[in-house]
Amino acid sequence: MIFPLRCLTIAWLAGTTVAFAAETVSLPPDQLAKAIKTDSLTIPTPGELFAALQKPGKPDWAGQYRTPIPMTYRNRAQIALNLGGLIADGFIAVEAQDSQQVKNIGTDIIKLAKALGVSENVLSRGNSINEFAENSEWDALQEELEATQNEVKTSMQSHSDQDLVILVSLGGWIRGTQVVSGSVIKNYDEQSAKVLRQPAVVSFIHSKINGISEVLRNEPLVKSVNEQLTEIEKLVAFQPGKVPTLDEIKKLNAAVTKLMDDIKSKVDSK
Amino acid sequence: MKRRIAIVLGLMIFATGASLRAETDEEVEAHKSVLDLTGAFSNEGFKLRDGHWVGTVSPKERTLIAVNLYAGNQYWFAAAANEKAKKISVDLFDENGKQVVTESYNSGEKAAAGYSPQSSGQYFVSLGLLEGESTTFCLVYSYK
Repeated sequence: MIFPLRCLTIAWLAGTTVAFAAETVSLPPDQLAKAIKTDSLTIPTPGELFAALQKPGKPDWAGQYRTPIPMTYRNRAQIALNLGGLIADGFIAVEAQDSQQVKNIGTDIIKLAKALGVSENVLSRGNSINEFAENSEWDALQEELEATQNEVKTSMQSHSDQDLVILVSLGGWIRGTQVVSGSVIKNYDEQSAKVLRQPAVVSFIHSKINGISEVLRNEPLVKSVNEQLTEIEKLVAFQPGKVPTLDEIKKLNAAVTKLMDDIKSKVDSK
Repeated sequence: MKRRIAIVLGLMIFATGASLRAETDEEVEAHKSVLDLTGAFSNEGFKLRDGHWVGTVSPKERTLIAVNLYAGNQYWFAAAANEKAKKISVDLFDENGKQVVTESYNSGEKAAAGYSPQSSGQYFVSLGLLEGESTTFCLVYSYK
């Protein structure tokens, strides 16, 4: 990878340095343990995951679509989890460059966001998504989806729904992992399989869920999701450098698919 | 261009993820500065992640931010501080704390590190203030 040419020129003119770091050092575990972890940087977006997946070759993105999910949830935790999953669906439709699917998902995102009582800023995103989809502006759409997700989270914080924020991220991660594992199963190759090693992401999400209010944590759906995450954390904890086998990926896919089904299935509202 | 301006404004208005408080002038300045730096990456097809970290970094201290990277992707981690910082650094460590070899860019109060991981997993971005006074840093990253 080369630092962008224009930057190199600017750097040379400014007498700055562009180089490969030569000397390396190591950090002790206690220092690593103190590292800052934030939802906005530590949890990768579905876009990052899908970018890695398509390096060896373009997957059949349309083959990963799912049937529309209900829009009638009343349980706020369930809405948050499904909202995250829908945003991941939006990224899939963008990768498939499917304008109509993007518009459909954009409409559903806004419906669920409304159900959570998010701000007008978020609702106006729906128009932008439609506009970009009409004009096939795929890069802009990806940015818009990311911005929508962040605005939903910001709006949740301002409505004292801070605890729901991690559930949006979790929904997106689970749906993204379901899609990637499903795609790798269809067309197994080592490079794609390596993408699925992500134990620290699950560990971080797990720790955040353990930090939410006891009332929310004990809701049946959240409790079930949290318990299933323990198992999923093991399924994505491949040794560094080891390529997951097809069987291991099938197990992971089965686990995240069950979790997605639980999140999608209507539960008694609270 | 219109999109980029909108994103910059959006980022400046919303302190995404971390908190709802308004950003200080120093934070806004550092954020704007790092977005200037990442413009070059956008031209090379890198997508800027819509999220950032801002905070204070002191001399001879290392501030670590955990990120999760995917094998196959290329990443650039870019940081900027305001003028109180004379020289800053951005380094990357793997999950075992071993520094990885990155492509690096340093220009006074701006720096960046580029890396293409062979293994997916957790990494740590290290921000350092090599010369200058304690001040606000902003970190963003781009990927493709």
